Amino acid sequence: MSATLAPVAPARPDVQHGLALRQTAYLIGRSLRILRREPVYLAFTLLQPMVWLLLFGALFERVADLPGFGDISYLEYLTPGVIVMTAMMSAGWAGTAFIDDMQRGVMDRNLTSPVSRGALITGALAYQAVVTVVQSLIVFGVGLLAGARYDGGVAGVLVVLLCATLLAVIFAALSCAVALMLRSQESLIGVSQFLTLPLAFMSTVMMAPALLPGWVGTAARYNPVDWAARAGRDALLGHPDWSAVLGRAGLLAALTLVMAWLATRAFRAYQRSV
Amino acid sequence: MQHAIEAEGLVKTYGKGAKAVRALSGVGFAVPRGTVFGLLGPNGAGKSTTTKILTTLSTPDSGSAVVAGLDVAKEPGRVRHAIGYVPQKPCFDPTATGRENLTLQGHIYGLSRSDIRARGDQLLERFGLADAAHRVTKTWSGGMQRKLDVALALMHRPRVLFLDEPTTGLDPEARADMWAEISGVTRADGVTVLLTTHYLEEADHLADRLVIVDRGQVVAEGTPEELKGGLDGDTVQVELADPGQQGSARAAIAAVRGVSAVGADGARLHASVGNGAATLPGLLAALEGAGVPLASVTVARPSLDDVYLRHAGRSFHSADRAGLDGTEVAA
Repeated sequence: MSATLAPVAPARPDVQHGLALRQTAYLIGRSLRILRREPVYLAFTLLQPMVWLLLFGALFERVADLPGFGDISYLEYLTPGVIVMTAMMSAGWAGTAFIDDMQRGVMDRNLTSPVSRGALITGALAYQAVVTVVQSLIVFGVGLLAGARYDGGVAGVLVVLLCATLLAVIFAALSCAVALMLRSQESLIGVSQFLTLPLAFMSTVMMAPALLPGWVGTAARYNPVDWAARAGRDALLGHPDWSAVLGRAGLLAALTLVMAWLATRAFRAYQRSV
Repeated sequence: MQHAIEAEGLVKTYGKGAKAVRALSGVGFAVPRGTVFGLLGPNGAGKSTTTKILTTLSTPDSGSAVVAGLDVAKEPGRVRHAIGYVPQKPCFDPTATGRENLTLQGHIYGLSRSDIRARGDQLLERFGLADAAHRVTKTWSGGMQRKLDVALALMHRPRVLFLDEPTTGLDPEARADMWAEISGVTRADGVTVLLTTHYLEEADHLADRLVIVDRGQVVAEGTPEELKGGLDGDTVQVELADPGQQGSARAAIAAVRGVSAVGADGARLHASVGNGAATLPGLLAALEGAGVPLASVTVARPSLDDVYLRHAGRSFHSADRAGLDGTEVAA
């Protein structure tokens, strides 16, 4: 190098760290602003979980009469399941925002800015967590209005929120990773549709564990949707086996970390392609 | 001479095996500080790939690049603080207002609140966007949106600004407007600009120096004037009032001092001359002497199109179309 410009002031690592956190917060703010400016989308995001709860609650109400179901109203049984199912389904769309950003120049501009790849991922995941908490509280509200009563109290509600949020983050991270690797809205929607409904039904979201057919029961043990539904339901409906609840929440937390790491890695796949 | 960008031997291949496409095969150039440097070439020539390597978005298979004194491979994080990038595709947030777009950009670069406000005001004013600043940007005109893209890239006062096809899709008026803004950027902030374009007039109008890129290689480098001056000279074109006089007109022109060749196309004759302005009076006198009345006369300086034709061996526009027909990689 014969001649160079004076280099830019190097950022100190701790300053960088604080900046990454603030960048995450600004990216969440951006996503919430987009949601706010699309009132129709916002309305349906909030309506969807109510529809699930009231529709499935009415459709399968008599299921609670089956021998072996237990002494509990179906609406109460269903509430935590609908919450985690909604969390998964909304989160499956998380990657579509990345694809929008890639199809515009936003992703390229962000990747040439000092925003860390980690902040881009955590921004998207944390936004999804916020949406999940709001949707979940709406489902609780509708459940209470419809007459359901939850013996687990505040602790139970918090466990359901935690499990739903972890599940949302797992699927949002998967959705972002698929988005970065396939870079196509159609492919992402295909993958998401293929996964979410079977996972919702291959679980105890709607049917008591004792009544699941043998192979579905086996499959459910490996299904994160079921981990979240069972942990949430146990905590919400009173007298939980806390070690089982914690075990399932722990599995969800571990899977959350794996998926977030995978999504951050997926940026490399995207950058190799540009 | 200080260089804001130095690229050397950049090679980049996309894909593997039989499907591999060589996008760059050894691109190198140096950009003097504080100038507008043009990367001119048809679609698929490798301009965007070069820009993506220089902006840390992509990595080369081999070769090296230094931007603002920083090696892009070794210190990508610091390069990102020193550059602004306007991608080919729009990058503003259409659901946000102009002000909100600039504010988020300022936060991303860690500017203080007061600085974000002041810099935002300054850029909105300079780009003529102040009146629309509070409106959601999806309602803005295409020209205003593109100016916002440039303003966003300038928010953190970068030292090198990369503009990838900044006027593609703009109408002629908005394009002229954008040209004025780009020239202003180097003057107002002392920013070095690297501009990729497949518009010959754009490179000619804006670039202090430029390289012509073709099929992943630099085929010519210089100022627009040097490049055009390197060709044989000007063309004088005359249109005859009576096409029947072609033969005598041709003979008269060929005998004029300074004319190296004459071609004919119906009533139109083209004479290749060293210097159009110096040759024209003699040429007109010869035609008058031969009793050939004219409908029109034009003197054409060589264009960058002629420069491209000379160095790449095909016309720019046919290469541009060929690029669009499928050989384009990673636009």
